[in-house]
Amino acid sequence: MNQLNYSQVREMLLYIAEQIIANKPLLTQVDSQIGDGDHGIGMERGMKKAAEKLRSMEEGSDVYTLFQEMGKSMLMSMGGASGVIFSTLFTGGAAGKPASAVLDSQGLCKLMEGGLLKIKERGRAQAGDKTMVDALEPAVACMKACAGSGDLCLMLDQAAQAAQEGMEATKNYQAKYGRAKSLMERALGHQDAGATSTWIIFRSMAEYVQRL
Amino acid sequence: MAKKIINQPDQCVSEAMEGFLAANREYVQVEGASAIRVREVREKPAMIVGGGSGHEPMFGYFVGENLADASVAGSVFTSPDPGSILQAAQAVERGKGLLFVYGNYSGDNMNFDMAAEMLGDMGVTVRTVRVWDDVASASKENYQDRRGIAGNVLVIKIAGAACASGLDLEEAYRVACKARDNVFSIGVGLSGATIPGEEQPIFTLSDDEMEYGLGIHGEPGVRRVKLQSADEIAEELVDKLLADSGIQTGDVVCTLVNSLGATTLLELYIINRRLAQLLQERGIHVHDMDVGTYVTSLEMAGASITLMKLDDELRGYYDMPCRSPYYKKN
Repeated sequence: MNQLNYSQVREMLLYIAEQIIANKPLLTQVDSQIGDGDHGIGMERGMKKAAEKLRSMEEGSDVYTLFQEMGKSMLMSMGGASGVIFSTLFTGGAAGKPASAVLDSQGLCKLMEGGLLKIKERGRAQAGDKTMVDALEPAVACMKACAGSGDLCLMLDQAAQAAQEGMEATKNYQAKYGRAKSLMERALGHQDAGATSTWIIFRSMAEYVQRL
Repeated sequence: MAKKIINQPDQCVSEAMEGFLAANREYVQVEGASAIRVREVREKPAMIVGGGSGHEPMFGYFVGENLADASVAGSVFTSPDPGSILQAAQAVERGKGLLFVYGNYSGDNMNFDMAAEMLGDMGVTVRTVRVWDDVASASKENYQDRRGIAGNVLVIKIAGAACASGLDLEEAYRVACKARDNVFSIGVGLSGATIPGEEQPIFTLSDDEMEYGLGIHGEPGVRRVKLQSADEIAEELVDKLLADSGIQTGDVVCTLVNSLGATTLLELYIINRRLAQLLQERGIHVHDMDVGTYVTSLEMAGASITLMKLDDELRGYYDMPCRSPYYKKN
């Protein structure tokens, strides 16, 4: 699998939304340990709006507009830090891209890399701060290493694995942002909810391309 | 689900807004947004407040004469989205610029900043004041990491008066910053609240425990102790506030004893009694004392004390009349 066309990208993004919504109980449970328990609620709200929008976009020719519209729907419906951060994951690297009818491994890699850069700029979080960056940064690094092969399945499979490891590693960090920050060392042993969502997003992309 | 009088958890904010508007005809909803505004918009720097819901009457009910012009309501304990902020801003902005006043939380900061960027792209000048009055939430050196709690009331009061006094945006912003820099709060939590639709409270304390510095979203505080008397609590809170703020003999302050939701006026006035004694003992002049339920955390039990150091300028704005359904002066 080397590239996705418009309708495949749309289906992949719809699958991400579906998977996040299905995992709301997990996200709520993870966030309740050290956050205020509302991460799953916000993500579900944003993904429902995104899915609604994507379903109305059956006809189209630019894969980047799909990412843009998904992110915009999330931004305008979620609120909270996650609203800005997770919408930026989809829009950060898509803004200003020339229209393209297909998405290949280089394109997807650049897209996620652009998202990561924008997220770090907006949220000011660095690796090790117990945020979604801890899952996203290794996933993007992995994509950059694999993108040259052109194999989307391989790239996303590796990236999802890196995101999972990054998510697991958040258990070892104290939080620098959000409610968990005040917990200091009491946040140790618990994984970050945003990193968990990031892992679900990458795992969903990997699962989707594997099934094609 | 925790016992609450609601219909659907995800409809709480919009249904409460509908009820508020039915009771208060001088306000209207900003079309298509989770926000309310004054019916009659004046030509002056416009002031927008907002944040997560669940802190009523803050923020929504601080819109009114010589207060905010519009308020944006997010979901419970979640900052509003930039689209709603943008719509509220556009509904009240009359070419004199905008002042944003809200509590210093990362979600609010990011969403209000995004809205400010969008407005900037449209040529609208926006100035932002983040209220960071909770002295228990970060050290004095890291004051910009402190959270905004009941001090929001006093900063909004002063900023609203400044915006309504004929000052331009830059001057109103300067006054609002001065208010922010002179307001200090600290609270104590006795029991936690449950977000509508959730099973568990956001934090739990044993029946005989309380916690100093507990935040209004259940953020852990600085010290958990056995329940103390009202006088002991007032003494510890005042000690911490004076040590942190540098307020001393001869200074003039206004004060606010605030309930976090479940704590009663009966209890608040017992705290206020000791607060008045302590300030008198130290030779600190009290310009005004306010006691009430202004910044809550749903049904959380607990209270906070806020001190604002006043100079002549701040006192002038503090004394200006203002009016909203839940906050009035004169």
